[in-house]
Amino acid sequence: MSVKEEQDKIVKEFSELEEWDDKYSLLIKMGKDLGELDPEIKVDKNKISGCQSQVWMHAKLDDGKMQIFGDSDAMIVKGLVALLIKVYSNQKPEVILSSPPNFLNEIGIDKHLSPTRKNGLGAMLKQIQLFALAFKALAKKE
Amino acid sequence: MNFDPEVKTLTKQTKNFRKFNVDEVREDFPILKRLVNGKPLVYLDNAATSQKPQSVIDAITNYYTYENANIHRGLHFLSELATEAYEGARLKVKEFLNAMSVSEIIFVRGATEGINLVANSLCRANYFDDGDEIIISHMEHHSNIVPWQLLCERKNLKLKIVPVNEKGEFIFEEFEKLISDKTKLVSIVHISNALGTINPVKEIVKKSHEYNIPVLLDGAQAVPHTKVDVQDLDCDFYVFSGHKVFGPTGIGVLYGKTEYLDKMPPFQGGGDMIREVSFEGTTYDDLPQKFEAGTPNIVGGIALGAALDYLTSFDIQDISDYEDELLKYATGTLLQIEGLKIIGTSEKKASVVSFVIEGIHPYDIGTIIDTDGIAIRTGHHCTMPLIKRFNLPATARASFSMYNKIDEIDQLYKALLKVKKMFS
Repeated sequence: MSVKEEQDKIVKEFSELEEWDDKYSLLIKMGKDLGELDPEIKVDKNKISGCQSQVWMHAKLDDGKMQIFGDSDAMIVKGLVALLIKVYSNQKPEVILSSPPNFLNEIGIDKHLSPTRKNGLGAMLKQIQLFALAFKALAKKE
Repeated sequence: MNFDPEVKTLTKQTKNFRKFNVDEVREDFPILKRLVNGKPLVYLDNAATSQKPQSVIDAITNYYTYENANIHRGLHFLSELATEAYEGARLKVKEFLNAMSVSEIIFVRGATEGINLVANSLCRANYFDDGDEIIISHMEHHSNIVPWQLLCERKNLKLKIVPVNEKGEFIFEEFEKLISDKTKLVSIVHISNALGTINPVKEIVKKSHEYNIPVLLDGAQAVPHTKVDVQDLDCDFYVFSGHKVFGPTGIGVLYGKTEYLDKMPPFQGGGDMIREVSFEGTTYDDLPQKFEAGTPNIVGGIALGAALDYLTSFDIQDISDYEDELLKYATGTLLQIEGLKIIGTSEKKASVVSFVIEGIHPYDIGTIIDTDGIAIRTGHHCTMPLIKRFNLPATARASFSMYNKIDEIDQLYKALLKVKKMFS
């Protein structure tokens, strides 16, 4: 699925839920479904700063596409990690870099979970873009 | 403005306190009427900052509407008026803390700046020698850790930490063991912001003074909840922030005994703190101006005075008793929730309940109950070493003020049950 299709799917899923409790429940479910991160990846060097909870992110390039891995000790935040993985994982770095996270705005999550709340959504997005930038630069070099 | 004990005793005896009634108190705080996420606000983050009564809001508006001028230097009408109002506020603080004299009351930005002032001024006075020690406790707010760490780096000092027990209590015996001939200062929190523990500060001061060691008390959490009498405590320095005691942000108080403040050099230089300036050298003004460089937070001081007027219109003991009731009820109610554990179970405790729920991150708790209009704090509460001591990444904290109601604790309880259900 393309980034756009994934984003549309998520927007549809969330817009069917009126109550914030239900939206949070969905995020919690997505977080739970994401599963545990490999202990080798869940280490301090992969921690993202700027979050009230602990967040770990890692990425690798597989056949030209970026695979993203992540985890958090807070479930709603882990749900956000899952959202970003759904949208951006298994995509080419240049596609990631040219796909703004409009869906967050559309499902209202950026308003409810603004960066000031220290959920680190902004920091996570930035990290994904940094990974993509690094892989893109690496590909050019090669 | 000399201290006259006779007059003071008289006013104390004849003072008619306002009867404490929580519903009437709530009427004084306009923000409590607002909705959050479509629900009535349940504000349980009072250890972070308190809400403001109308009288404080009015004092700010009134000052800028009718009294605004720079103070101390002008001889025109408004300048006199503003000076009187600002210095009048200092007198109110002096009465509030029962200091000996107004010159012991320094207006600062907040408790944090008060501590930084003491640290920097003592440093400039060459009060510390290489290898000297400062004692703090494991439950200090970062504001009572970092200024001393900065000082330790500059002067090659050592920070000694009094441990806390499982209940979150200050271990007095360990404190005694840490005192040595190298100890130059003891700086301890009066009431812990993260746990609510009320420390035995009077005993700490007494013990320290046996060794002639001065004591600074961080009273940021104490002043809104309990009567503070610096003469009775006999502490050498006491700091608090205005915004935690129903006043505005950006204003706070450093109380210091004259014997120390007199000997301490200024922390910052500028206008208002000088007597004579020339390029050859400058002489400084007397206390308290010596420590108040530049145009101060005039309106902040005045509004803090209004906040103290509001607080002291009640018998603080009535407020303390009411908050104790809230604490007792909250403790009993929240402990009914399976998997909930309260962090900080000191025998002597202010109205703060720090808790964790098994399997649910505090961040998730705070985020979800916010949709019900309930404001609590989640995180490390600027006490990272303390939270780490309990092997936790964070806690959720509900902290109560005089305007909170039993009914709001019930709402918190229900909201927490909902959170549990969402995670089941």
